Amino acid sequence: MYGNDVIDPNEPLNAAETADYDAAAEHDDQRDGRDAVGDDFDALLAADQRIEPRDAMPDDYRETLIRQIAQHAHSEIIGMQPEGNWITRAPSLRRKAILIAKVQDEAGHGLYLYSAAETLGIDRQELLERLHDGKQKYSSIFNYPTLTWADCGAIGWLVDGAAIMNQVPLCRCSYGPYARAMVRVCKEESFHQRQGFEILWNLMRGTESQKAMAQDAADRWWWPALAMFGPPDTGEAAKGGHTEQSMAWGIKRFSNDDLRQKFVDMMVPQAEKLGIVLPDPELRWNDERGHWDFGEIDWDEFWQVLRGDGPCNAERIEHRRRAHDEGAWVREAANAYAAKQATREREQQQQKESAA
Amino acid sequence: MSGATTPSTGAGAPSEPAQGERSWPLWEVFVRGKRGLSHVHVGSLHAPDAELALRNARDVYTRRQEGVSIWVVKADDVTASSPSEKDSFFDPAGDKIYRHPTFYDVPEDVEYL
Ligand SMILES: [Fe+2]
Ligand SMILES: [Fe+2]
Repeated sequence: MYGNDVIDPNEPLNAAETADYDAAAEHDDQRDGRDAVGDDFDALLAADQRIEPRDAMPDDYRETLIRQIAQHAHSEIIGMQPEGNWITRAPSLRRKAILIAKVQDEAGHGLYLYSAAETLGIDRQELLERLHDGKQKYSSIFNYPTLTWADCGAIGWLVDGAAIMNQVPLCRCSYGPYARAMVRVCKEESFHQRQGFEILWNLMRGTESQKAMAQDAADRWWWPALAMFGPPDTGEAAKGGHTEQSMAWGIKRFSNDDLRQKFVDMMVPQAEKLGIVLPDPELRWNDERGHWDFGEIDWDEFWQVLRGDGPCNAERIEHRRRAHDEGAWVREAANAYAAKQATREREQQQQKESAA
Repeated sequence: MSGATTPSTGAGAPSEPAQGERSWPLWEVFVRGKRGLSHVHVGSLHAPDAELALRNARDVYTRRQEGVSIWVVKADDVTASSPSEKDSFFDPAGDKIYRHPTFYDVPEDVEYL
């Protein structure tokens, strides 16, 4: 994944791109600074310039990026499953078309990201094998089941909402292909979050049981959405984590805790608007901090699900493997067709040459 | 954009998959956003042949009418300048500042110059 020049860089990506994002991730793309700082990795980073695929870079930087981008790509394609589960049962043709478009977008996000990872010298096939063998992870959130239609609303609103919060700063990541892939992804995510909000908005204006369904979905997805930002990484918790190194490399621009706080601050007023009560008795405005205080996240559950003991871990990988295996004949057929066409073209060429 | 002619895979990227299936070749995708604009590199994808590369590019990169024309080029067919030779390769233009209009001293009160 390379360019995004068909996208206007001056247009805000989506509602999550606020002025403080821009300020914190100031990136002077206009300036022709690259020539001034040369090609040295550290000098480029210090000047907040992008690293491009064939530049020299430390092995650790390359490995970290491959792991992070692959994990991100895996999350996009595994993330197709919870909602894909509802395509045949969407409540209207309109909702069905929207859901298909959304799930298709997630497949596209996976492709942009696998392409970005491949620029670092790894084959997509190999990354898929690592996913299938459980050697690489994907976002824990997709190991929770989608029990009702309202879950499609809650996922769009909360899960895509949290993903946007994570992804907007990645558009300024130091690795060029990753950053450019994220710009495209963020553009597309806005629709995901809005359609989710709209599903809940309609349900909350429906019958009592529809309202209860929306509230129940929010109850189940709220805490896993907060955990999506990753374990605490500020204060005491900063020791021994990867955040500091990732920040020094310009891969990460905000701590997990900062992003989580921003997310809570953004979601509380939206929940109020929806009429949904967020399932946290400790949620209250803190005037001193200028932020919403929120309760303790169950990190034991997070680690347990990440380790593989979530409600749907086995099902997700099993489904993914099956889809891949069952698609093998299509890939083979496409190969056979391509080979046949190539032979035919060669023969025609030879005939033309011998006739001339 | 600086990477228009750089293939997506880095130098020394493995082109053979670890095992099993043969990987489809990589194609670089260029999209003309609208009439009057050049084709611009937007990304890459794998496909068995040019025709499918084009169809997949349409589905992946123009789902929201982002383009009116697409080119696909096999990444292997792209020849790129090497970053390690960057200095010597682009050096010749470095000392020819007289190629820029601002090099010339002209009186300020001359119009249309
Ligand atoms: Fe996505
Ligand atoms: Fe999404």
